[in-house]
Amino acid sequence: MRFLLLFNRQGRLRLQKWFIPLSNREKNKIISEMTLTVLARPPKACSFLQWRDLKIVYRRYASLFFCCGLEDQDNELLTLELLQRYVELLDQYFGNVCELDIIFNFDKAYFILDEFIMGGEIQETSRLCLARHMEEADAFQETVDEYEKNPTY
Amino acid sequence: MSPSVCLQEMIRVIRGARTQGEERGVIQRECAAIRAQFRQADSGGRSHNLAKLLYVHMLGYPAHFGQMECVRLIASSKYSEKRIGYLGAMMLLDEKQDASLLITNSIKNDLSHSSQHVQSLALCTLACMGSAEMCRDLAPEIERLLKASNSYIKKKAALCAVHIVRKIPELGEMFTPSAHSLLSEKNHGVLHGAVILITELCERNPDNLKQFRKSVPELVQIMKNLVTSGYSPEHNVAGISDPFLQVRILRLLRILGRNNDAASDAMNDLLAQVATNTDSSKTAGSAVLYETVLTIMDIRSESGLRVLAVNILGRFLLNNDRNIRYISMTSLQKIVQTDHTAVQRHRGTIVDCLKDQDASVKRRALELSLALVSAANIRSMMKELLLFLSTCPPELRSHAASGIFNAAERYAPSQRWHIDTILHVLVTAGGDVRDETVPNLIQLITAASELHCYTVHKLYRALISDIVQQSLVQVACWCIGEYGDLLLKGECEEITPMQVTEDDVLDALETVLQSHMSTPTSRGFALTAIMKLSTRITNNVDRIRSVVSIYGSCIDVELQQRAVEYNALFKKYDHMRYFTMSYCTVILEFGCRSRLSLVLGGRGLKAEHVSIIFDCKDNVYLYWFLLQSVQLQMKAPSGDLIPAQGCGTVTQTVLLSYTNKANLKMRVRLSYSSQGTACQDMVQIDSFPSPAWS
Repeated sequence: MRFLLLFNRQGRLRLQKWFIPLSNREKNKIISEMTLTVLARPPKACSFLQWRDLKIVYRRYASLFFCCGLEDQDNELLTLELLQRYVELLDQYFGNVCELDIIFNFDKAYFILDEFIMGGEIQETSRLCLARHMEEADAFQETVDEYEKNPTY
Repeated sequence: MSPSVCLQEMIRVIRGARTQGEERGVIQRECAAIRAQFRQADSGGRSHNLAKLLYVHMLGYPAHFGQMECVRLIASSKYSEKRIGYLGAMMLLDEKQDASLLITNSIKNDLSHSSQHVQSLALCTLACMGSAEMCRDLAPEIERLLKASNSYIKKKAALCAVHIVRKIPELGEMFTPSAHSLLSEKNHGVLHGAVILITELCERNPDNLKQFRKSVPELVQIMKNLVTSGYSPEHNVAGISDPFLQVRILRLLRILGRNNDAASDAMNDLLAQVATNTDSSKTAGSAVLYETVLTIMDIRSESGLRVLAVNILGRFLLNNDRNIRYISMTSLQKIVQTDHTAVQRHRGTIVDCLKDQDASVKRRALELSLALVSAANIRSMMKELLLFLSTCPPELRSHAASGIFNAAERYAPSQRWHIDTILHVLVTAGGDVRDETVPNLIQLITAASELHCYTVHKLYRALISDIVQQSLVQVACWCIGEYGDLLLKGECEEITPMQVTEDDVLDALETVLQSHMSTPTSRGFALTAIMKLSTRITNNVDRIRSVVSIYGSCIDVELQQRAVEYNALFKKYDHMRYFTMSYCTVILEFGCRSRLSLVLGGRGLKAEHVSIIFDCKDNVYLYWFLLQSVQLQMKAPSGDLIPAQGCGTVTQTVLLSYTNKANLKMRVRLSYSSQGTACQDMVQIDSFPSPAWS
């Protein structure tokens, strides 16, 4: 996977993850082209399209579009499952996730993504493991924060 | 707004801004406050400030001043600060920034941190934005972590290793032994990472390929366990046990089995099992089947297995899910050359997909349909393709038209069918065809001499019904000019007879001349046709003469020039006119795609009037041309530059006289310069279908 973008129907970017090094200008260009192309597609259209040398897979969940840029050997159908899995993880974490959750807690959305995907590849295929790791990391953060706030000495 | 306001509050304020300007104002104030905070040494709300900055960055505003803060936060001992610092590094820093090198040391320390969460942060960041230098520095650490006892760390280290191998392929050797041992892990995450690592190693280095082929039995076993295992809530997706891992293993098997009989044999049974037993009612199952099909087609599989694979693709074509239909056609496109007969069996379904609503599916169906055209199915396929052409989206039109022309040229069962097909395309999509179509069609019509009557009738009817499609108009005008007498005779075997008078024909041509829809080229064709008709009709020569003289003062220079020359023919060479405009239009090709139209005459006192009109594709400067075995008198050419793209012509009139009764042969040598280089071309014309000379 080369990149993963989340944007809403007005074209506002909510999350961007890049798995290849690109300049800011190139990134912005890709973002605007993806937004334009995907938003212009009719509602029942195919989730796959060809763009330059990449395969683009996108899917709409409520008010957000999830859009990935894939390389030639990547499996498009599996990527649909990947997007589904990410949405389920967000849902499990936030409880009935909506766009506002991702706006106000974008750092958490990134952490979940970084637990799920690394370097463009999936790192954990088990839902339960992933949920557990997120909980542990949050708990770790709270424990340390608490400890910092109330030193015992 | 107080600088220590939390992230949520700032987001709320920004979203509350009613205009772009207001938003910018809020953000500028916030950024100024954040900057000031960064400059201060105190550590109060540092992570909050960076989080705010990252939000602002995502909205598209500059945030480069946060880079050093990221470096500082990563080096902090607090986990919450490290977390946001690393996130900031992944968002603001990439390998091109100098600041990225500064975090190498922090990453190195964190890789050996006591807490696995901190280690995980470091691994994730390295895999996301690690530059080549960073990777080289930290590779030994990663290698060590691959052997850790903690699966959480091992799986992340494996993917980090993948990133390192992508950046510096030579370092792959370092990871090969560990990669092999990771295959015996039970944890799916680690296994998944291991398979990806091995895939990357094999793709980079053929030696690794040899070595890892020995693991094929092991991989086959893992795959079998997955397929036959019972329900596991952790990994189950729509009845498939861990489709992500299954697909990766299949992909690795594909690479290992490619061009290797032994490896391909070892995986044969497994592939058959997966292909037959996987439930494809949901996307997860279809994804696994799809990968299986790709693997079967790419390795040295036996023919039974290949047929099974193509049948799976055929089944996919009938699936309700549009995505699956699209995928199936993409795969069929890849194998249509090698497994042509197998794919032909599904031709009916593919042709049906031409009628799908979705543009992506239509495009794939078109490409596949064109690839499946053969001599056996040309008539039925062409019906479908022409139907498609009339309803297809505009962006596919020119591709479809050129595909149809190619197919027609290769497999046309008869000349008449060929001409009919081209005419149909011109009527439906004449605006989207390439420029060569017009001269190509003219050449085809000329060659099919027994069909001249049929063709001119058809074209006349097309012309009077619609003059929008310029390519059709041009061919029709040419044809009417050339074979107008056949049109006026009225009878034709293959077409219902229609009485056409001279006035009708001239009306039609004049409509083309006067219509604002006609391009200059079309007008040129129409004028020439009118002129040619002056020798084929008897009653309306005066009408023609007046039309020609009107256009002698036309604004369009090209048209004016032609009209003036034709006028001259009427005035000075009227006795020649008949012979000049008679039957011989010979179309010759020169190397640079120029076309030379010779309109020449028959008898005359002792002179042959030759008018040579060049319609060229490139800019051509005419220097001279030579004629052999005749005496010639060459008038000055009308110009010495032929504009490109068929936008103009140059006419040079040559009067030649010969007394030899033998056939006139003509050799034309054309010296010209095109795009700065001097070129030469020679054409010999041995036979002219001309009336007997005097």
